[in-house]
Amino acid sequence: MKKRLEAMNRPSRPRWAVLGEKMLEGVIRLCGISAIVFVAAILLFVFREAAPILFGDRFHLKQFLLSVEWYPTSVSNVRYGTFALTVGSVSVTALAMVIAVPFGLGAAIFVSEFCGRRMRETLKIVIELLSAIPSVVWGFIGLTVMSKLIVAYTAAPVGVNILNGGVILALMSVPIIVSIGEDALKAVPDSYREAGLALGATRWQLVYRVLLPAAKNGLLAAVLLGVGRAVGETMAVLMATGHAVHIPHGILDSVRTLTANIAAELGEAPVGSDHYRVLFLTGLLLFGITFAVNLTAELVVRGIRRK
Amino acid sequence: MSRDDVRKKIEVEDLRLAYGSQEIIHSISFDVRENEILGIIGPAQSGKTSLLRCLNRTIDFCARARVSGSVRVDGEDVRQMKDVFALRRKIGMVAPLPVGLPLSIYDNVAFAPRSAGLTRKVELNAIVERCLRQAALWDEVKDRLDSLGTALSGGQQQRLTIARALSHQPEVLCLDEFSIAIDPVTTMRIEDVLKTLRREITIILVTNLNQQARRLADRTMFLWGGRIVEIDTTEVVFSDNPANPQTYDYVRGVFG
Repeated sequence: MKKRLEAMNRPSRPRWAVLGEKMLEGVIRLCGISAIVFVAAILLFVFREAAPILFGDRFHLKQFLLSVEWYPTSVSNVRYGTFALTVGSVSVTALAMVIAVPFGLGAAIFVSEFCGRRMRETLKIVIELLSAIPSVVWGFIGLTVMSKLIVAYTAAPVGVNILNGGVILALMSVPIIVSIGEDALKAVPDSYREAGLALGATRWQLVYRVLLPAAKNGLLAAVLLGVGRAVGETMAVLMATGHAVHIPHGILDSVRTLTANIAAELGEAPVGSDHYRVLFLTGLLLFGITFAVNLTAELVVRGIRRK
Repeated sequence: MSRDDVRKKIEVEDLRLAYGSQEIIHSISFDVRENEILGIIGPAQSGKTSLLRCLNRTIDFCARARVSGSVRVDGEDVRQMKDVFALRRKIGMVAPLPVGLPLSIYDNVAFAPRSAGLTRKVELNAIVERCLRQAALWDEVKDRLDSLGTALSGGQQQRLTIARALSHQPEVLCLDEFSIAIDPVTTMRIEDVLKTLRREITIILVTNLNQQARRLADRTMFLWGGRIVEIDTTEVVFSDNPANPQTYDYVRGVFG
């Protein structure tokens, strides 16, 4: 009897609140799962477009991956070799990272640890502004400003080449590296800084003895997002690298990247033709490259963590 | 015991500290004598930790903190000091909750000597072993000096921070409620260490455990609400008739 009375008096939450909470939970769950669904759907779509040629008998995977001959519209001698394009993508990205990683991480360390509050706020706004510049504007800068500079100061016959694309990509990746890297450094608890400084470390000793080891995962993520941006970038490299299919011999050679190739040719390839399907296959290759980069990084991070 | 001829290690004069508009420490003056253990007792929010942070100038990291008055270590005003890193190496600091740097046990202890420029492996090894022994941690970790310091248990981490604070051979060791995360047995072992160090270095012991101050301190200071209620030899502070009746109430736990 007493128990029942208690149960009656205890305030219970209204039915609509309980139901609403359930619904909200469902919506959130849907949002979370949708990320997986989208990635899978994109992959499936690209694969579906590419599949007929991949399993057709006119196609050789070895030739696709390792040949430097890309003659998609030749009448007599059609060749779909993407090796030169892959080399183009890798070389431009590598140069961009050589420039952007030291710059970006250095800037992240400066913004997070060394500069004053007002300076930091100003820098962060400017850096965000830098990352908001559309890639076609960067391509325009590459095509007009950078290329003139390169022709003026080097022996290169044309200004649109790996150097040009690398510098432009570096400028585009730096803001990402800086803002993610700064977040990673800011996430290191202040107690570490205080403990390190209380032990008589200078600011610089603190950075490389404590903060860099503590933030290494976040910093690696920053670099990787920079790489991802550089590998996937299309419009700027299309305009800045010269669009020539061949294996480069130096950074002053023109190249064509996988992304630029797809962007330039997909519009002109008849839907359903071999050329069209090979371009989709190139998309899959690009997907594979970025996936490999991310996977490597994940394994590296885990390796560091286990140690 | 004639104490007046003893050299003063730290002299604090008219020290005031405010966070924003709220003053935490209201004009306190005292000195710490060379090679003594000064116990600082007082309830929470008395300004004990803030006071320690003024000594090694880690208060500088708090942007809102405003300090006035003077703190002199070996006669030199810490706030005029150019080489604040040398000051911090001179003063070892142990925080109430252990902050293990995300480094190996060895690197944690070798951090300060390395920062000071020591690179010879043999000397570093010797320092690491000596400090870990002094902090009563050596036997537990000697086989795994390469594992992460942050993976140790709370009490072990605290002893690691004590070892670390001893690693740069400080002239002053500040312990801020060091026993808060340690079991009583280990606490007693560390207290023994402090007793052996007491004639070599100057120790400032901030503690919530009045009995700990009574066991270890040569002199005891009772800080309350940012003011010094009483500072005297430990015998007087814990006696039946200290100068201030509030002290009597506090050390006997009748303080309201």
